[in-house]
Amino acid sequence: MFNNLKILYHQGKQYIPDITKATVPGVFRGRPIISSEKINENELIELCPTGAISSNPIRIDLGKCTFCGECAFTFPEKIQFTSDYKIAANERGQLVIKEGEDKLMVLNPDLIRNEISKYFSGSLKLRQVCAGGDGSNELELNACGNVNFDMGRFGIEFVASPRHADGIVITGPITENMAEPLQICYDAIPEPKLIILAGTDAISSGIFEGSAALNRNFLSKYKIDLFVPGNPIHPLTFVNGVLDLIKKR
Amino acid sequence: MNHTIVKNNQCIPVSSIPVLDYERFLEHNISFLREEHYHCVNFYGIQHKEKIKLICCIANDNDATINVSSSIVESKQTLPSFSQHHFSFHIFEREIHENFEINYTDHPWLKPLRFSFNRPNNNNTIANYPFLKIDSEELHEVGVGPIHAGIIEPGHFRFICNGEQILHLEIQLGFQHRGIETLFLEKKKLLQRTALAESIAGDTVTGHTTAFVNLWESLCNYKTEPDLQFARTIALELERIAIHTGDLSAMCTDVAYQLGSSVYGRLRTPVINYFQVWCGNRLAKGLIRPGKNNFSFNKILGDSLIKIFDEYEPDFNEISSMTFTLPTVLARFEKTGVLTPEHAASIGAVGMIARTSGINRDIRTSHPHDFYSTLHHQAIIKRHGDVYSRAQIRKEEILQSIKYIRELTKTIPEENKNRKPLNPPMPDSFAISLVEGWRGEICHCAITDEQGELMHYKVKDPSLHNWLGLALAVRNNEISDFPICNKSFDLSYCGHDL
Repeated sequence: MFNNLKILYHQGKQYIPDITKATVPGVFRGRPIISSEKINENELIELCPTGAISSNPIRIDLGKCTFCGECAFTFPEKIQFTSDYKIAANERGQLVIKEGEDKLMVLNPDLIRNEISKYFSGSLKLRQVCAGGDGSNELELNACGNVNFDMGRFGIEFVASPRHADGIVITGPITENMAEPLQICYDAIPEPKLIILAGTDAISSGIFEGSAALNRNFLSKYKIDLFVPGNPIHPLTFVNGVLDLIKKR
Repeated sequence: MNHTIVKNNQCIPVSSIPVLDYERFLEHNISFLREEHYHCVNFYGIQHKEKIKLICCIANDNDATINVSSSIVESKQTLPSFSQHHFSFHIFEREIHENFEINYTDHPWLKPLRFSFNRPNNNNTIANYPFLKIDSEELHEVGVGPIHAGIIEPGHFRFICNGEQILHLEIQLGFQHRGIETLFLEKKKLLQRTALAESIAGDTVTGHTTAFVNLWESLCNYKTEPDLQFARTIALELERIAIHTGDLSAMCTDVAYQLGSSVYGRLRTPVINYFQVWCGNRLAKGLIRPGKNNFSFNKILGDSLIKIFDEYEPDFNEISSMTFTLPTVLARFEKTGVLTPEHAASIGAVGMIARTSGINRDIRTSHPHDFYSTLHHQAIIKRHGDVYSRAQIRKEEILQSIKYIRELTKTIPEENKNRKPLNPPMPDSFAISLVEGWRGEICHCAITDEQGELMHYKVKDPSLHNWLGLALAVRNNEISDFPICNKSFDLSYCGHDL
């Protein structure tokens, strides 16, 4: 008993008191800023492994970006990744950051269905489906519930059965072999339900783009409620994105 | 000559690999495996004009060499199997059968492996996998997955049970198949290929990426500088510490030991956050690059790492001394999910799973790469092959890796500020790279064509061998012990499915 208490005491306070204001350590690659500096644009576009960069004006699509940071190393005067981790969006187009833009990303309230804040703002149970995900987003989604990020305090939890869930969190580029199980799982969730795409692979198939082993038809059938970019997502990006989505409006 | 001898990360002309007729190829390769210090690190087929070329790589663990030989056979041919002589070949031959419709007369378990998108036989689908059936009114089947209760990857487990007791478990994989090996050829940019290597298995980012960059540099005849090798070694050991700690947390969760689960869980955080401090990503994506390093390791980084371990170790030792003596934990860990040394040897187990069943198999000792030859690594060996051994080896490997990092950071190699650019890969070459990731032996092989373009890329994750180990270990256990057995193996679905 005393030994247990001693261990507890030695851990100190581990939780992040205010998850909306936490800072991330080190050289985190979050929301990028693109300056108006003149550079060789073709070279920049050619550099990107996933075609996330386009021109006129220069734009970075965070839904395609693998956050490797190579563009910022080669053109530091043009591209800079900030430590702003609040990069979730509820509109695919919001994920495209344009030259000269430096504003915080917030969800578009007009696109959030009324029932989301009505039913889910105090409690949201999610079912996660990994459809070809490499395990990294899954590790970070697990971390969202650990003693540090502790999203359980907001009533957000992952559950085992789709029957108990209010929505689905998809990771991975959606393989052909997972297409049917994903559909079955989604169909088993009672209405109203939401869909969250976690990670670059889920949003755009990322580095797997063009692979014949994928089947992304599921995504064209439904409206996506939240896009959470990252490779993998940072727990702070996910928790803040979901909190923004379900808050009372 | 029946084979050519290569070292880890050595590049040779494809023409120097002897082509044997199949009978001699079979006899020669299985003859190695009669001795314990040989094991097969890769055995696969590639399209060779209208025919199939089989390439077999047998590692000699005593003298750090790999014996490579090959044979050319017709597609759809019927052949005698290697597996009949040494069972460890079974998984490779299943893959060859699936990819090229080569039939084996005497293979014990010739079932589809991963339902790859380019398999010739499209009648085999993931929905009609031929599970073993038992006709008995006393037995029942339990099907679990592909989607599991937690946040983990998909795979299907089919149990045949007698009451609560598992008689047989069959594991069906392939749900995660993304076509990685084909993408390695289709994506032409080096950065794309590096990003692919980082995505083979998200919990083994440094393991697979190190295998890729070491392989690529040897194909390009690039002499890897010590500062690059140093950073890779540190990253590999850090990944081992991080994942092992997270696994100990998850194993505590599975036996309902809440304190251990929370404490190990939070101890992982500073280690992965350190990766973020170092390279901007908690799982080290972006850290390892061929022929360069965007985040060179320096004295300041070294000091802050040591500081993290100074804080980590006392808390880790405290919770470990509690966990590893607590009757409620021991009752669930001890003698649960035993993989016997005989089974481990027969399936060709690698890495941690081999070492917990008494097999001394560790690439860091047998085929050292990067800085491992300077560390004189002694593998930690456990003999009981149960969940307890797999918990213990994690605890001890964590402390060993911390010791290695403390040693290594005493002398940090100077960063080379004007590195030579990488040459293009050499034409008509074959290269092989072995890395001991936290899970075990990773093997990448590549072949280039006459222009030096990548013609074939082969990835082998340690999970390929070890999944069968899990199926064997749970026999005669209660089905309620399956989760803890599964977690103690912690195998990769995507590493297997590619």
